[in-house]
Amino acid sequence: MFKGKFIDNLPKIYGTYTGGFLVFIILMAIAEQAGMTAKTIGILFVAFTVCIYAFIGWMSRTVQVDAYYVAGRSVPTVFNGMATAADWMSGASFVAMAGGIYFGGYTYMAFLIGWTGGYILVSSLLAPYLRKFGCYTVPDFIGTRYGGNLARFCAVVVLTLASFTYVTAQINATGTIAARALSIPFELGVWVGLVSILLCSMLGGMRAVTWTQVAQYIVLIIAYLLPIFWISNKGGYGFFPHLMLGEEVARLGELEAQFGLVKNAAADVKAAGVPGGLKSISLPHSEVPAGGMAAWKFISLVICMMVGTASLPHILMRYFTTPSVKAARKSVAWSLFFIALLYTSAPMLATLSKLSLMDPNLSTGIIGKDISAVMSIDWVQAWTAQKQAFIADFNGDGILQLNEWFMRGDVVVLSTPEIAGLPYVISGLVAAGGMAAAMSTADGLILAIANALSHDVYYKIIDPKADVRKRLLVARALLIVIGAAGAYIASMRITSILGAVAWAFDFAMSGLFFPLVLGVWWKRATREGAIAGMITGLASGTAYLIYVYPKFMGNPAWLGIDHLRFGIIGASVCLVVMVVVSLMTPEPDSSTQKMIDEVRIPTGKTILGKQH
Amino acid sequence: MSNKEKHWEKTKGNMLLTLALWFFFGYIIFMFGESLNSASFLGYPLAYYMCAQGSIIAFVIILFWSANRQEKIDEECGFAERGEDD
Repeated sequence: MFKGKFIDNLPKIYGTYTGGFLVFIILMAIAEQAGMTAKTIGILFVAFTVCIYAFIGWMSRTVQVDAYYVAGRSVPTVFNGMATAADWMSGASFVAMAGGIYFGGYTYMAFLIGWTGGYILVSSLLAPYLRKFGCYTVPDFIGTRYGGNLARFCAVVVLTLASFTYVTAQINATGTIAARALSIPFELGVWVGLVSILLCSMLGGMRAVTWTQVAQYIVLIIAYLLPIFWISNKGGYGFFPHLMLGEEVARLGELEAQFGLVKNAAADVKAAGVPGGLKSISLPHSEVPAGGMAAWKFISLVICMMVGTASLPHILMRYFTTPSVKAARKSVAWSLFFIALLYTSAPMLATLSKLSLMDPNLSTGIIGKDISAVMSIDWVQAWTAQKQAFIADFNGDGILQLNEWFMRGDVVVLSTPEIAGLPYVISGLVAAGGMAAAMSTADGLILAIANALSHDVYYKIIDPKADVRKRLLVARALLIVIGAAGAYIASMRITSILGAVAWAFDFAMSGLFFPLVLGVWWKRATREGAIAGMITGLASGTAYLIYVYPKFMGNPAWLGIDHLRFGIIGASVCLVVMVVVSLMTPEPDSSTQKMIDEVRIPTGKTILGKQH
Repeated sequence: MSNKEKHWEKTKGNMLLTLALWFFFGYIIFMFGESLNSASFLGYPLAYYMCAQGSIIAFVIILFWSANRQEKIDEECGFAERGEDD
């Protein structure tokens, strides 16, 4: 009914939405001046944005299979780019990335390169071909290209493992932000977060998730960029920080030399009672660590993140929603454009926030000052009370040294506006942005898992005769079950045991990258090869992870391949096994060969029908 | 059929060229990060700059450039999609 019109009106609708959001920010700023408390502003920001997402989710409800799974394949290029960017940038990207650069400097920035460059693999190797294929889910491609339920099922297993590793961290982040903004306990915050997430996806599946993700992207990018530009202008660092912080980066190098980069001994840190997860700066900001091993560590992390990006199903499935193959390709480019807006800003935020703390010439500087004076600063008191920051006077001289100031990475994004003396309305905005980032990624991930289970396992394997109503009912029920499982695990606060977000990339690349790529690019790849590749890739990667991870077996890493990089092992094994087994088995039949020929050209019908 | 083969050859060529550029901006330059950092751009040490912005901007440009190039290849071989434009 309003769909055709809706697509044509998108720029107008989202333009109005953006304008409305800016008006809301201004209203909040006025309310703050009029004496509204910080707490109320925080609640209003989060509640207002979540209600809008829920409204969009409700408006996008559907009973059509192709609308539910692939948004009716009608999402225009630029908007799909925005939705993918929101899908991609998680609570971790939004809240933790600047903090990672703050502590890790150049070394950490391998993540920036890895999490952006992967899109070139997506665009040139996969997205247009998967779009031409016309699949609903990633296992749908594997199952049809290689044939047989076993191949499909293996792909579902890899997808579920990778996405689930990722999703608990996202629900955890929504819980943290909801708890802080609404002043409720974390355990309750997790469930509030989950309900908000499900409101966006349950009624309309992919269609609803698409349109809420666009709305969430707009909120998160405003919330990220506004404070950076504000701080940079207020502090006189330059009106366009990205081009003008060269001097500040150089100044950080001087300050590092002046204060000295000391790595605290683990025993000292423990003895001083530093709360877990807090760190001090011990790595240089812009200096490249010397030696071939350091370069290899950088590059190997880039490999894992890039190849992992190209194997993560919640990203690949976004390109199933475009109207054409050409649009899928362009849409990848737009996705990276929108992602780059945030990623290129994170180092600038880290630079500004580091400088404002480290430079003794600035009024905000705390390093090199008297500890008693530092302890009387409002924000220092607030964050130390919440165990987000800590001071340990190791040398007992009463002066705060660089290695004596401990902080949690998240604080960089969450508190920089406050430290720089911006009005509270900005902190409220940042909370809404973090919530948007975490929710949008969680939605994409939960939907990817639920769709694979409902379409590939339930409909394709268990009950191929199920009618549309039943299929969508199962899909929605699974959405709730998976979300609840994620929230339950998040509320147990054991996410630190589940490991880093990076693991999701390693799991995905171990099992899926080569079966997907060779499925398009190598006609000789056979079912047996793909199945053997997926199983051995995932198994060897996981085994290596258990072998090196300090909390499991803790063996020394081989060639610097530690637990963040285990995908290199998994994907290599997967490639070798898949090629060898494929060559040992008879080549795929002529109908499969013809299917691959069809996938390689943009024109003509999709391989799988519009409704399947 | 030969048209299809020609199209696939050209598509492969575009893919390899794209990945070569990707490899340069994603890997090669960071193999020399240490020496690169003694040069500077906009006042930033060069390797730091490439990490923070340079390579990311290069990736975006490569993606648009490569997509346009592929569209031309599709057009040339008569496989360009009609009607369902964005």
